[in-house]
Amino acid sequence: MRWLQNLRYDIRKNPALLLMTLPVIMYVVVFCYLPMSGIVLAFKQFDYSEGIFGSPWCGFKNFRFFFISGQAAVVMRNTVLYNIAFIIVNNIVEITVAIFISEIGGKWFKKTTQGAMFLPTFISWVVVSAFVYNIFSYDFGAFNHLLRSIGGEPVDIYSQSTLWVFIIIFLNSWKHVGYGSVVYLAAIMGIDAEIYESATLDGAGELQKIRYITLPCLKPTVVILVIMGIGNIFRGDFDLFYQMVGTNSLLFNTTDVIDTFVFRSLLFSQEYGMSAAVGLFQSVLCFAFLTATNWVIRRVDPENSLY
Amino acid sequence: MISSRGRKIFVAIAGAAVTIVALLCIFPFWMVVIGSLTPENEIYVRGYSLWPQTFSTEAYKLAFEDPGKILRSYLVTVGITGAGTAVSLFIVSMCGYVLQRPDFKSRNFFTMFVFFTVLFNGGLVPWYILMTNYLHLKDNYLALILPMMVNVFYLIIMKNFMRSIPGALIESAKIDGAGEFYIFLRIVLPLAKPALASIGMFIALNYWNDWRNGMLFMQDETMYPLQYYLYRLLSSLDFLKSAAASTIDLGDQVFPSESFKLAMTVVATGPIILLYPFVQKYFVKGITIGAVKG
Repeated sequence: MRWLQNLRYDIRKNPALLLMTLPVIMYVVVFCYLPMSGIVLAFKQFDYSEGIFGSPWCGFKNFRFFFISGQAAVVMRNTVLYNIAFIIVNNIVEITVAIFISEIGGKWFKKTTQGAMFLPTFISWVVVSAFVYNIFSYDFGAFNHLLRSIGGEPVDIYSQSTLWVFIIIFLNSWKHVGYGSVVYLAAIMGIDAEIYESATLDGAGELQKIRYITLPCLKPTVVILVIMGIGNIFRGDFDLFYQMVGTNSLLFNTTDVIDTFVFRSLLFSQEYGMSAAVGLFQSVLCFAFLTATNWVIRRVDPENSLY
Repeated sequence: MISSRGRKIFVAIAGAAVTIVALLCIFPFWMVVIGSLTPENEIYVRGYSLWPQTFSTEAYKLAFEDPGKILRSYLVTVGITGAGTAVSLFIVSMCGYVLQRPDFKSRNFFTMFVFFTVLFNGGLVPWYILMTNYLHLKDNYLALILPMMVNVFYLIIMKNFMRSIPGALIESAKIDGAGEFYIFLRIVLPLAKPALASIGMFIALNYWNDWRNGMLFMQDETMYPLQYYLYRLLSSLDFLKSAAASTIDLGDQVFPSESFKLAMTVVATGPIILLYPFVQKYFVKGITIGAVKG
């Protein structure tokens, strides 16, 4: 028990330091480790008056319910596919924007455009949902206004579940472009300028320089970000999906993710047992994926492994 | 001079593309501001547009006639953001500092202990039951503050940043007889200002933009944080109507729900946008401190 020895040492020699970590440690114990014991709920028939530990056991019934209902396949598929789409689209957009920004001159121009791209990062998804309503509302939206004015038929976008796939992917990219491009821009700024200079002397064009210098230099950053994205592939962005879709069940088929499903089952139908089961299932998957991806990062680039 | 011509074309394309992306980013903000200034009957006839035929400030008049409710949720949000950010920043930086002290032998054990919660958690439901059934935090402002108090990633960024503080400084303070807490408060914190500013900004932004905890734990309307208040306005017409001044006599006019919604969005978002140019610097710095090296 090495850690126990260390702890004993610190209790004797560094009591003040130990005390200083206490707020965070206590917090983690209460709000992260205590709820872990609550995962037994996934195997119980929750009875409000009996509490978590007094409720009767029910085996795998909660899990069976989730899988048989047919929703398991849908929400898992959506969660994974959206995350894959986010990884691909966001990285392409962010890298392109970062390269472009690094190439153009004019401090004022750079600052203004970057400032504009950061605005979406600052607002909540609630505000974004107001934006979406403003543009896509059936009766008053600017989009349908435009369609009508050119003689087209208005579209009720809030009942078109396939369209939302694109809207959501677009908005996610829209909200993160400022943030992500700064990450890549920082990596580009770290590339030795002499490499570009000698390439120019050798007669390399702009696209060649990007293809043979910038992109290869960005590779480590891309690899890390992609692997981290894969580690979180079973985690749905609750804020995004809940604000865009909410309780509009017409769209659930293509937009419901694990996190929104759990939230609704808990808050609206009070299915404690089942939503706990789904939550546990998701946690286990996340754990497996994060551990696996971290193992990969350690081999690719130990500097950037999470632990 | 082929390469220089090629470069010019490339820069022109890059400039145009960046401009388009930037415009796309501002475009919805523009639409909402314009929409909130469009008279209700024009919205009914023409829908929202880039530029209205006539302007009207009626929606804002309605919003400011009896601003008590939105001011109240502003106050709630400002309060929890202020308190939450201060406490969170303090305990996270203190813990981050200790966890990188070479003479603190339990540092790796504690780091793993905290980090494990990123890899595995009990999920929403047990946590929700803990908050409501065991800690009884429904309709309690603590329910808005506690859930976001400790973010493990910020802790790790903080810990990495603290490594740059020279250990000799701490050693010499110790020789002079300063206590650990005093050293942290008087020597470490001032040196960590850049990290405190950037991470503090991220924490504050998370608090400011949170609506989920409001939805989970707040039933009393007077305790709604701003974003959840806005969410209710946008999603429920009854709630929207109750938020407007009851004293204004609309006569036989319809309730201007469409422009009012957007006006409330502007009122709820405006201040943070105005603040934005001043904090952008810390934001960019924060990203580069924590980038990749999560």
